[in-house]
Amino acid sequence: MMDERLEKILPRYEGKYFELIPVLQEVQQEFGYLPEPEMREVAKFVGVVESKVYAVATFYEQFKFSPQGRNKIVVCMGTACHLKASQRIMNELERKLYVKPGETTADMEFTYNAVNCVGACALAPVVVINDKYHPSMSVKKINKKLEELDKERINSKE
Amino acid sequence: MIIENTKESTSKLSSLKDLNDFRKKIISEQSINEIEIIICHGTGCIANGSEDVTKAIKEALIAKDTKAKVISKVKTTGCNGFCSRGPLVVIQPHGIFYQKVLPDDADEIIERTIIHQEPITRLLYDEPKTGETILKEKEIPFYKLQNRVVLQNIGKIDPTNINDTIAIGGYHALAKAILSMTPDEVICEIEKSELRGRGGAGFPTGKKWRSALHAIEKGKSGYVVVNGDEGDPGAFMDRTIMEGDPHAVLEGLIIGAYALGAKEGFFYVRAEYPLAIHHLEIAMDQARKLGLLGKNILNTGFSFEARINRGAGAFVCGESTALVLSIEGKRGMPKAAPRPRTTEIGLFDKPTLLNNVKTFAYVPQIINRGGNWFASVGTEGSKGTAVFALTGMVNNCGLIEVPMGLTIREIIYDIGGGIFDNKIFKAVQIGGPSGGCLSANFLDTPVDYDSLKAAGSMMGSGGMVVMDETTCMVDVARYFLDFTRKESCGQCTLCKLGTKQMLNILEDIVDGEGQSGDIDLLIEIGEAVNAGSLCGLGQSAANPVLTTIKYFKEEYEAHINEKCCPALACKKLISYRIIDAKCGGCTICAKACPVNAITGEKKLVHVLDQSKCIRCGVCFEKCPKKYRAVECIPGHLSEGDN
Repeated sequence: MMDERLEKILPRYEGKYFELIPVLQEVQQEFGYLPEPEMREVAKFVGVVESKVYAVATFYEQFKFSPQGRNKIVVCMGTACHLKASQRIMNELERKLYVKPGETTADMEFTYNAVNCVGACALAPVVVINDKYHPSMSVKKINKKLEELDKERINSKE
Repeated sequence: MIIENTKESTSKLSSLKDLNDFRKKIISEQSINEIEIIICHGTGCIANGSEDVTKAIKEALIAKDTKAKVISKVKTTGCNGFCSRGPLVVIQPHGIFYQKVLPDDADEIIERTIIHQEPITRLLYDEPKTGETILKEKEIPFYKLQNRVVLQNIGKIDPTNINDTIAIGGYHALAKAILSMTPDEVICEIEKSELRGRGGAGFPTGKKWRSALHAIEKGKSGYVVVNGDEGDPGAFMDRTIMEGDPHAVLEGLIIGAYALGAKEGFFYVRAEYPLAIHHLEIAMDQARKLGLLGKNILNTGFSFEARINRGAGAFVCGESTALVLSIEGKRGMPKAAPRPRTTEIGLFDKPTLLNNVKTFAYVPQIINRGGNWFASVGTEGSKGTAVFALTGMVNNCGLIEVPMGLTIREIIYDIGGGIFDNKIFKAVQIGGPSGGCLSANFLDTPVDYDSLKAAGSMMGSGGMVVMDETTCMVDVARYFLDFTRKESCGQCTLCKLGTKQMLNILEDIVDGEGQSGDIDLLIEIGEAVNAGSLCGLGQSAANPVLTTIKYFKEEYEAHINEKCCPALACKKLISYRIIDAKCGGCTICAKACPVNAITGEKKLVHVLDQSKCIRCGVCFEKCPKKYRAVECIPGHLSEGDN
């Protein structure tokens, strides 16, 4: 049976091939990633074989194939950020979260990624945490942010 | 806030007179004595907290007496450009420029500047070079030396309000073009302007439009597409324009569609730019309501509709054939040459005109002011102005627009205010991953398509990243190679595997494992990658490596022969140590060290165990400024050293 969230998305499209990427983008927005059953449904919907949907989805960096953490941390690795030591922030995240870039912590709390450039170079190094831009980041500041996010989690559980 | 004064018109404009009357009505409703508090809501200022500033100023206005409320209004705009000084607040019509404004400053701004008309010195800009405090925006060297054409409205208009755009002449060019010019006359004007594509390659825009027109006339239909897939790291010009003046891009696109007889158009915008997409959606919606987009535009019988496609994070989709495939819902892999141009066979196999965001944004001004006016600015082969994202190790980071032909030195030292922290200039990287790094010898090179190409770099779409003595050029080359390797679509062997091999060699070099002969090998593979790839990505992938070898060979040699990184940037070739005489015994570094390599009691000198140290630099960063006891030195200290 089709997930009702997908049932809401598909009728907004005509089922044409060129709608594949926008449909997948909307599915990801709704589900947080591209679940396999939904990709199969999308393939049927736009009228292509399943492998084609997978081929397109894997070509584009934006699409994720596993559930993402509750907190999404994106470290900008643009040129200006690179010059201002954004790699150190990546290293620190790996050390603190015990997962590689793109992976999610076992408790599903954090996913972190490197991106090419978020286009806020004057604020380098930039880290985007849950869609909010944080300027002039450092190892010290990222640790503070991690602690804050962790506190929020503890408070919300209480 | 204009929206509150002027009722949004829902009736469609159907003539030039309608547009002019509507404009007059908007202007008359803005009272002449009104003070505008303009707050920058560009991505940079928002990240620095400008939304909170706006909220505080609005609250302060409500809390203060009615006089302030009557004479002033708050307006939020796109990126004002001077990102490193944000949040920015400009008080118009006086042009008073406040920088680094905090929400706590709101009351004082209303009380002193709005009600009593006096400036707050603390918030004004101090010119670092002269120490002079500058009151007005236009007197600040960062702005004074610019020539803002395509950026002229950004920072002045509210991009989410079409009335603001129309009040300063927006859509006048569209009306002029479709009501009084033939498509041929429009293209002639673009040809006269000698505008070259601002996406990077610099193809003459008029020529492109002309060839698309021929193809569309033959095939009876075609598309116009805005390339907003600004993927270059270190660049945010197109983002700023789409966010700050979306109507200019839309107007340019509609004029293009009119000139070519296209009925449908697309904006292809990076998914990483949600605000740009949002503002474009609002702009299209507002233009549609006024009859400036959609069916029967300005009652001329000409109809055109546009839609937005979000990119999905593939850099190579900035290439024309890949972008077209991406809109079609396919993998964005550039088509093999020889192939017909996109202007002949493009989107859905129809003739397609694809231009960069900036290229389209110039169009309304060229139509309004004439192609000759545009061609009067710039150099022989590069007319008009160039927009750059000036970033990196420079004092004034931000978005700038200068006439073509200004020298790199003028841009970095006069507009950019020189190198950050009084360090020494080392290189400037222009043109993103396809461009090159130029050394200090090129500081007096004029910035235009041909001079930059001759120097081994390229204009690119406008990223200009300044590097100083702390930047390792081998690491920069490695960085760009890593980028292109990841973004290579994989169909050309030399691009996919060549970049991988080059990256391996560069990684060895920065790790201190480089061998003699590596430099020659890099050049050999690099030249092969550039020669043996289909699209621009591969054909220029080796440029950052080749130019750094050309201009900074001694740095490569130091890494390979002496196992030394002169910039003290490569982790494997440096060490940290604690200077006994300076250590204050505060334990901050010991607590921060992720691998417990530092031992020491309070008030006693700390010791760093080199065998445990992972050279993360955290101790260096955390040591309080009053001590500065952690030092970074070349070479790899081993156990027992400290």
